[in-house]
Amino acid sequence: MTSGTEQAPLDEVEQKLIDVAAQALECARNSGASMADVSVSQGQGLSVSVREGDLETIEHHRNKGMEIRVFIDGCSGNTSSSDFTEKEIQASVQSACNIARYTEKDEYNGLAEPEFMATEFLDLDLHHPWNRTLDDSIEVARRCENAALEFDRRITNTEGGALNCFDGISVYANSHGFCGVTKSSRHGISCCVISGTGDEMQRDYWYDSRRVPDELTEPEAVGRKAAERTVNRIGARKLPTGEYPVVFEAPIAQTLVSHLISAIQGAGLFKKSSFLHDRLGQRIFPEFMHVQEHPHLPRGIGSANYDGEGVATSNNTIIDEGVLTSFVLDSYTARKLGKNTTGNAGGVHNLMVSSTVDYGLEGLLETMDRGILVTELSGFGINMVTGDYSRGAFGYWVEGGQVQHPIKEFTIASNLNDIFMGIQAIGNDVLENRNIRTGSILLNKITAAGM
Amino acid sequence: MSDAMQSATERLLAPGGLDERSVLATLSTIMGPGIDYADLYFQYTRQESWVMDEGVVKSGDFSIEQGVGVRANSGPKTGFAYSDEIELSALTQAGKVARAIAGSGSSERAIRVQGRNVGITPLYQPEDPISSLRDDEKVSLVKDVEEAARKMDPAITQVTVSLSGSHDVILIVSSDGSIATDIRPLVRMNVSVIAERAGRRERGSYGGGGRFGYEYFLENGRAMEYARDAVRQALVNLECKEAPAGEMTVVLGSGWPGILLHEAIGHGLEGDFNRKKTSAYSGRIGEKVASDLCTVVDDGTIADRRGSLSVDDEGIPTQNTVLIENGILKGYMQDRLNARLMKMQPTGNGRRESFSHLPMPRMTNTYMLSGKHDPEEILASVDKGVYAINFNGGQVDITSGQFVFSASEAYMIENGKKTYPIKGMTLIGNGPDVLTRVSMLGNDMALDTGVGVCGKDGQSVPVGVGQPTMRIDGLTVGGASV
Repeated sequence: MTSGTEQAPLDEVEQKLIDVAAQALECARNSGASMADVSVSQGQGLSVSVREGDLETIEHHRNKGMEIRVFIDGCSGNTSSSDFTEKEIQASVQSACNIARYTEKDEYNGLAEPEFMATEFLDLDLHHPWNRTLDDSIEVARRCENAALEFDRRITNTEGGALNCFDGISVYANSHGFCGVTKSSRHGISCCVISGTGDEMQRDYWYDSRRVPDELTEPEAVGRKAAERTVNRIGARKLPTGEYPVVFEAPIAQTLVSHLISAIQGAGLFKKSSFLHDRLGQRIFPEFMHVQEHPHLPRGIGSANYDGEGVATSNNTIIDEGVLTSFVLDSYTARKLGKNTTGNAGGVHNLMVSSTVDYGLEGLLETMDRGILVTELSGFGINMVTGDYSRGAFGYWVEGGQVQHPIKEFTIASNLNDIFMGIQAIGNDVLENRNIRTGSILLNKITAAGM
Repeated sequence: MSDAMQSATERLLAPGGLDERSVLATLSTIMGPGIDYADLYFQYTRQESWVMDEGVVKSGDFSIEQGVGVRANSGPKTGFAYSDEIELSALTQAGKVARAIAGSGSSERAIRVQGRNVGITPLYQPEDPISSLRDDEKVSLVKDVEEAARKMDPAITQVTVSLSGSHDVILIVSSDGSIATDIRPLVRMNVSVIAERAGRRERGSYGGGGRFGYEYFLENGRAMEYARDAVRQALVNLECKEAPAGEMTVVLGSGWPGILLHEAIGHGLEGDFNRKKTSAYSGRIGEKVASDLCTVVDDGTIADRRGSLSVDDEGIPTQNTVLIENGILKGYMQDRLNARLMKMQPTGNGRRESFSHLPMPRMTNTYMLSGKHDPEEILASVDKGVYAINFNGGQVDITSGQFVFSASEAYMIENGKKTYPIKGMTLIGNGPDVLTRVSMLGNDMALDTGVGVCGKDGQSVPVGVGQPTMRIDGLTVGGASV
């Protein structure tokens, strides 16, 4: 089999994207925009999936896009398109300018200030395109699923094994004269299998995602982990309603940190509609809590030299000794608050939560002694205005520091203020190479509703 | 050639020098030994959105996307490629890649595909909503609503109004020769507010939409109704107390709470999960999965609805599919691939987010038919329980059947009366179990106002839900108060 479509050499693509960005900016200037910026990207990907040992899908992806933002006297307009022809670039800029005519002047509008633009471009080593043939790629997915199917005879069915690969180039340029080029890749292996039959079926999955193909976890290890998690779920019971201590397993512990980030960025701050809008400089976690952003980790999933506005990224401390020391800001929100941008247009880059103990999940369960281990969360019951929290969960009942049996169909509820202050310990079982890196988290108590 | 067919070919094929003949010829080269089915999906989409925030129309977005997706099926296998350039060489190249799914055997003997137009009764006007109002009219609509919401109560401190619309032109050419077109308008408006009193802040949100132009929001003061409802909800929430935790009787209001059916029942009845036997409903057709009161359908044929489609994304006209009839499981929702592999008929539920995504079985408008009780009687029947009338969203694990959905407006019921409001909370249950506990149904079936978005495998599509007021004897309520 042949693999995908033929691509132009990388340097040519890069030059083409830079030219498109320059044309768009030139066009915006000629149309009367006082400021403008443009993001242009092009990428390609391959997804293969295998089920019951047989090839199921091959998808070839080719993504291409351009986003243009213009500012005319404090008014702004945005357009996006996937057509890079000169005619379409002009039409896009024109319609952005038309929209700006109908939006209203907002003195806080505009690009990030020129003095914040990135000037140093470290080699973050983010670009390692997938390097195997299509047949070999299918084999990776097959090996992953096969290891899961052979792991335990209680694995009864499968959603399959999959491999996803992507690499691309993106260019961000603006009318300050900034022009940044980022080449990056991302590859992932995943597997999802099922245990039990009839009313007792359970499924779970596992995945690994990396910038570099050769750094991916062995496909068999991903498959076995998926199978182990699935088999562990057999025999789930309901939980009596009550208040319990709880451990959030590392893969979902990061959701608590992502709720923190949602609450300290964007419009919720200046509109006072985030429950943390007035808590800067205050203690919102126990004293042992530290959260830092490290944007320049080589091969990091969240690594970047500059943010979505060309602003240089830097190591930021967000939580220091439990105190909220910094919001997560783009230039607009920063201006609204009378602050400087923190280089976070588009989000955070490699957030690290410091472990507080030198042991992992097992040690945390021992420390907890009796309570709930939560391994999966579902639903959208988080209110960012009040911090009220109520989500569906799956997990395990723990007694004497040991997992006793799986538990299903329960919810956990509290308020994020109480959850943050109620953290007792953070394990050292940190999952590598995720944008938010934390170990499992032990919490003093949460309300669980079951039977 | 119908008007829709003509405008679709003019928009999608003509600019790249393609016509019906060359497209069919390309499809013929994809068909061959080992390929059971193939299709080409041409799409052109224009979208815009306007947002008013903090008293000014801060931003407007406009986007255009177009392209063609090429798919080939060989048994249960699928090969897929797409291009955002609609011209012959890109199409041929994508076709070559897609047909590689059949293995190394090349197509020495192509099968000739003959075209035939699918007869389609349009369920909505082929208009472009983006030009249904002038830009200054859109801006003043948004402004009027924002201003009105702000004045409705002194506690209202923030108002955000958004207005968006899209115009989607689609041409689907299938290897069975069917050629189908659809021109799909879609609009959506939303009002969200923050109310503040005595240091306490709460939110409220309401909106609607469907497959028509923006003038819909001006009719019967609809946009203002959205504002009133958002404000009312925020004010109610300012008074709310902790929600209880544990299993209790739950009464769900009519309309949008039908999201219960979408999560608890709908996803589990999609053909792909049932072919693979990974659904909690696999192999259960003919079994009793709900109380006698329950009849649930998926109906893509309701005029102008957000979840409706004149034709699905595989060129099959949508239909009204009975999923559960008087408590008995009747049928699944199918796309072409899963219908063929299960030896069933497609049900017009093959949908995809765009040309760059693969189709799969998806819901359209999923709802439960009315019962015979007055909604007041249902509330009066409950000694102690929870009455939930608005929801944020839900999620389901189709294998275990565990589903959740999160209320954003709910009240306690005490001694047959709705009493104080309670904080938003998650309700959790098991799909095949929950409808067996339905003990009363209202005579007030309503569809939602046109706000649903369904996500599956990373693809989002617009959907509708609906139900009458419903009493469920025993559902776990995830409040924080033990």
